Amino acid sequence: MPLIYCGACSHAPGITARAERADTQTRQAVEAAFGRMGEEIRATKPDALVVIAAEHFANFFMNNMPAFAIGMADSYEGPIEDEAFLRIKRTTVPGNKALSRKLIERVMQTVDVAYAEEWKFDHGISVPLHFLTPNYDLPIIPANINCQGPPLAPLARAWAFGEALRAAADAVPERIALIGTGGISHWPATPDSGKINAAWDQEFLRRWTANDRQALLSYTDAETYRDGGQGGFEIRTFIAAAAAAKGAKGTVQFCEPVPIFAVSCTVARMQIAA
Amino acid sequence: MSLYQVQKLIYELNRDPRTRERFSAGRDAVLAEYQLTDEEKGALTKPDIGLLYVLGVNGQLLMHFAALHKIEWPDYLERMRQGLKDHGQVREGVYAATGYEGVEAHDARLKNEREKR
Repeated sequence: MPLIYCGACSHAPGITARAERADTQTRQAVEAAFGRMGEEIRATKPDALVVIAAEHFANFFMNNMPAFAIGMADSYEGPIEDEAFLRIKRTTVPGNKALSRKLIERVMQTVDVAYAEEWKFDHGISVPLHFLTPNYDLPIIPANINCQGPPLAPLARAWAFGEALRAAADAVPERIALIGTGGISHWPATPDSGKINAAWDQEFLRRWTANDRQALLSYTDAETYRDGGQGGFEIRTFIAAAAAAKGAKGTVQFCEPVPIFAVSCTVARMQIAA
Repeated sequence: MSLYQVQKLIYELNRDPRTRERFSAGRDAVLAEYQLTDEEKGALTKPDIGLLYVLGVNGQLLMHFAALHKIEWPDYLERMRQGLKDHGQVREGVYAATGYEGVEAHDARLKNEREKR
């Protein structure tokens, strides 16, 4: 049936790993925004949640780097990170292999996606799930766009991937929710961690909420690197989610730059007709 | 010289408990499976986070490698800064330092902006 939920959020590891180093008010506001997003997702009664992530070498490396991948397993383990560092306990998260397979077969009609029967979650999925599905009771279908090892998936192909995921979700009887997770501008894991180009983030989100395909796809990687840092390459996940919204407009429900978390912490939703 | 090999070993150590066990039981045997210069071997075994950063290791690999060695976040950042002082700018990859006022100054600036609003 038609996609029932479409949104996007941050996944920065600092949100959990350095939670107590933010001021209490900021931390609570970020966590409340994620909490509301989780409630909204659950309110749509999804059978599965597709998470379009930008993984960070938990599964894919430059020996064999897929531009796009979708998990196809009945369960996934994560996070791979040191538990004391990320402060999220390693756990098994349910998947749905049969549903994954149906979606992958559809996506493959237009995008040459890799599939993976093994997939370990890193903070890119584990941080959002920690807030959105804290009981890990909703089957997750992980999807990935290479935002880490250049050459990266072109933005127009990230859009095509989002469109293909939407067509696939619409074609199966299950109720599918979908989120993209990534940073907008950030310089993660560098000495500049905490640097945020808030104006660039706002402009990106303006294009995202307007679901302006042409404007979203007009960034070059050189511009993104200059203005949004290497972390900015993750806009691909937001772009794929916008494409999956199939022309719907969006709302930014929360967006605050939090330097100790290294990003503009963001929760946004596309107003798709359910 | 062989950034790819350095990163591949870090990738395996970060994600695979068995590689970690093998590495702690017999480091040299694991290192011998990768084509590494002496500088790279030294940086990996010490571990010299600052030098690995300057060699161009992707921050997403390096951050977790540091966490694996129980290096706290502020210390991780400081080691990269020291690496830049000792060895100069990042030699490869997309994780070069670009300059930043720092989290405290940034927080203070944001607080001022909020108060003005």
